[in-house]
Amino acid sequence: MIRRSRGLWAAAIFAYVFLYAPLVIVVAYSFNDSRLNAEWVGFTFAWYGKLFHNEKMLQAAWNSLLIGVTASVVSTVFGTMAGYAMYRFKMRLLPLLILAPIAIPEILMGVSLLIFFVLLNISLGMISIILSHIAFCIGFVAIVVRSRLAGMDESLTEAARDLGATPWMAFRLVTLPLIMPGVVAGALMAFTLSIDDFVITFFTAGVGSTTLPLQIYTMVKIAVTPEVNAVSTLLMMLTLALILIASKLAPGSLRAQ
Amino acid sequence: MALLEIRNVTRRFGDFTAVDNVSLSIEAGEFFTLLGPSGCGKTTLLRMIAGFDAPDAGSIVLDGKAMTGIPPEARNIHTVFQSYALFPHMTVAQNVAFPLKMANVDPGQIGKRVEEALEDVRLTGMDKRYPNELSGGQKQRVAVARALINRPKLLLLDEPLAALDAKLKESVQLELIGLQKEVGITFVYVTHDQSEALALSHRIAVMNHGRVEQVDEPSKIYGFPRNRFVADFIGQCNLLDGEIRACAGERMTIALAGIGDVVALNIESDAPGLKGALALRPEKVAIGRDLPKDADVNRFTGKVHDFLYLGDVTIYIVELAGGMRIEALLPNSSAGRTKFFEAGDEVQVGWRYDAGHFLND
Amino acid sequence: MATPQNRLHKWLIGGPPLAYLVVFFAIPVLIMVLASLRNSGDFGGLAPLFSEESGTLDLTTENYGRFFSDLIYTELFLKSFAYAAITTLVCLVIAYPLAMLIARSAKKHRDLLVLLVILPFWSNFLIRVYAWMIILGPQSVFVSALNRVLGTIGIEPVTLLYTPFAVIVGLVYVHLPFMVLPLYANLEKHDPALLDAAQDLGANAWRRFWRVTFPLSLPGVYAGAALVFIPALGIFAIPDILGGTEGIMIGNVIKQQFLDTRDWPFGSVLSMVLTVMAVALAGLAAWVARQSRT
Repeated sequence: MIRRSRGLWAAAIFAYVFLYAPLVIVVAYSFNDSRLNAEWVGFTFAWYGKLFHNEKMLQAAWNSLLIGVTASVVSTVFGTMAGYAMYRFKMRLLPLLILAPIAIPEILMGVSLLIFFVLLNISLGMISIILSHIAFCIGFVAIVVRSRLAGMDESLTEAARDLGATPWMAFRLVTLPLIMPGVVAGALMAFTLSIDDFVITFFTAGVGSTTLPLQIYTMVKIAVTPEVNAVSTLLMMLTLALILIASKLAPGSLRAQ
Repeated sequence: MALLEIRNVTRRFGDFTAVDNVSLSIEAGEFFTLLGPSGCGKTTLLRMIAGFDAPDAGSIVLDGKAMTGIPPEARNIHTVFQSYALFPHMTVAQNVAFPLKMANVDPGQIGKRVEEALEDVRLTGMDKRYPNELSGGQKQRVAVARALINRPKLLLLDEPLAALDAKLKESVQLELIGLQKEVGITFVYVTHDQSEALALSHRIAVMNHGRVEQVDEPSKIYGFPRNRFVADFIGQCNLLDGEIRACAGERMTIALAGIGDVVALNIESDAPGLKGALALRPEKVAIGRDLPKDADVNRFTGKVHDFLYLGDVTIYIVELAGGMRIEALLPNSSAGRTKFFEAGDEVQVGWRYDAGHFLND
Repeated sequence: MATPQNRLHKWLIGGPPLAYLVVFFAIPVLIMVLASLRNSGDFGGLAPLFSEESGTLDLTTENYGRFFSDLIYTELFLKSFAYAAITTLVCLVIAYPLAMLIARSAKKHRDLLVLLVILPFWSNFLIRVYAWMIILGPQSVFVSALNRVLGTIGIEPVTLLYTPFAVIVGLVYVHLPFMVLPLYANLEKHDPALLDAAQDLGANAWRRFWRVTFPLSLPGVYAGAALVFIPALGIFAIPDILGGTEGIMIGNVIKQQFLDTRDWPFGSVLSMVLTVMAVALAGLAAWVARQSRT
């Protein structure tokens, strides 16, 4: 038995190393005083300094932030409505449209939106990216909100009505405060998804609307510099912070994925 | 006119008829109980009274006013939910104040009224606690205080004791009776627990398969169940198949299959020739080696088939001639003795003519 | 209660998100279905829907004909299937012991161990792929160390980046959590008494695994396989960054059709075929899962 669990431990540790080593390497090289991702030369903050003077990078970060905030706010409102509607009423089409964007290949959504925007003469740029991000974030928010609602005692809303609250008051005073952690977790998830999205952004972006992932992609494809390591490290820190907040607010919501 | 009139109410879910043409009238100040097994329709009926569900046919009239189309918040009826449904994000005081806020009561008065309400249910000083910091009994009292604070015409209670442990139940039952007497509000109480129903209610409606089987005071329900279902559902009951031979005054003669004629109480002036069963509570059946002869007592000889020793009482299952079995309950009241008879002992069983009555099929 | 008020609420609340998804998801997808039946425009994009010469609806199945007649595309799909299948298998081999360990560790540690699996998945997708560019790249200390070892036993130095190998590594890395989570969710529910019973009845550790644990975990295996295989099939960024010319998959060709060649109808055909396959596989996985549950 002991030997067996040792084998299991070895396999599991290998898996964890496999999961984390690449990320650790990126972080480590971001502090390496060398242009090459090769030997360790010495410790430096130089790449972070360069990063903050890189106009393109700053513009991309600003674009990402703007898109992420707008898309997450709108998709949280729509997603919460959708989650509530699916929980409370018999909806036939809505659950399908909520799940389909999550289930189909991402590339399909990217290219179909590309055709759509071009045919409608909507120029590719910030607006088209935001509209697309909202479309794929709604589902994730709706699922988190719906599972939060499903975990709620149905009789709480009924009790509010019973004690004199109108449907709107019951929602505002009882349902909404109780699902709030789910809504906030959904919003953070939408923000993370938007900030991180590459494929759909790749197809719906235009000139001047480069986001961080697109900027990283360009740098990786054309010329790798340690600035990529630095921006990656910062992005990882940001995501980690958001995840920690989300998991504090709604334990278990991460597994809804 | 009754406070609450339920007139020919029917509710179907697909093919299933949850409530089937039910009519009841409940008087002001009454403690009325809907009793029945799960799925009998009692909760559906309660939800229709509260306004969470609407009848497919029939009407519900409160204080002379038809409730059709009136949403729950506009009905002068409050509910104590089975789960208590205390709002987890509000303190005890905020929970109890909720109905007052919804009714736009002057905020200056709310504090005082909440304090009084909490005093009534012995929760003074608990006002700042959250529901998850309360015991089951305390939660139940908050739920009752919240539902009563703005004096509804009617209080609905949906199995409010189901979540409490057995020891606590008895004291909570006494509290509920006291509270109902004090506030004078009509209670409609739903339960599947017959002992709760018998202990609490002024009147009980026994429900089965969406229908009301019998509406009566507790002692009538227990003493004179109207049909096999009620007799069997409330307490233990011997149901001995037979046919009416003759009726005379307050007595009738019933021919029991395989045993012979017995005398029983004639309560509904049934006619000879009717088939049915004699309902006989086990505690009314005497058991002994040699019972004294008495013209008012039906007496038979049989063998103890088996017995169940339950501590305070022992239940004997006696097999009579012809294979019919009858249960007799004997209190273990004499000091020192634990049981009287063994399986296989020859014994006599007997009961007074007025201990049993006939149930018409 | 289907009261009129209720119906109004339903559409007030459900209507706006529904409308949004119809406009920005359903209609674009339908347009693409149509686009796959259209001719290509003279300068890329799509030809006008109504042909000016004949004045009729100008639809064609020619694009699908081209897909099925040209073996290059069949080969491409087969190659992508092979990559996705190898990825699924490797993920299963790595994920199974990990999921088993988490499921058998103390309850209080489980959430942390699961979180540790999910956490890297939340870092940016491109960063995770880029990390392997560093590790497998020509300047990499790991590759040069490996080649030194190979040199001592007389094997030619190897190149790892821009090969199918690199693509598989990237695919496995990105999809591993999708295998671990369903496996763990399944294994966690197993009653430990089953293994005790099997041991009590004389099964050794090896047999306990193959006769008890593994068969019971099959629904988790199917779910994990579907969650890895289907997304892996349609991916394009990983082969694009790690694969070079050798390691391209369907996704890359779709991207080429839309952005480089600008042959939208044919790009749409490829996307449609990919999607139909993904949906069919998802349906198959759901069906198998339902079968094995009963």
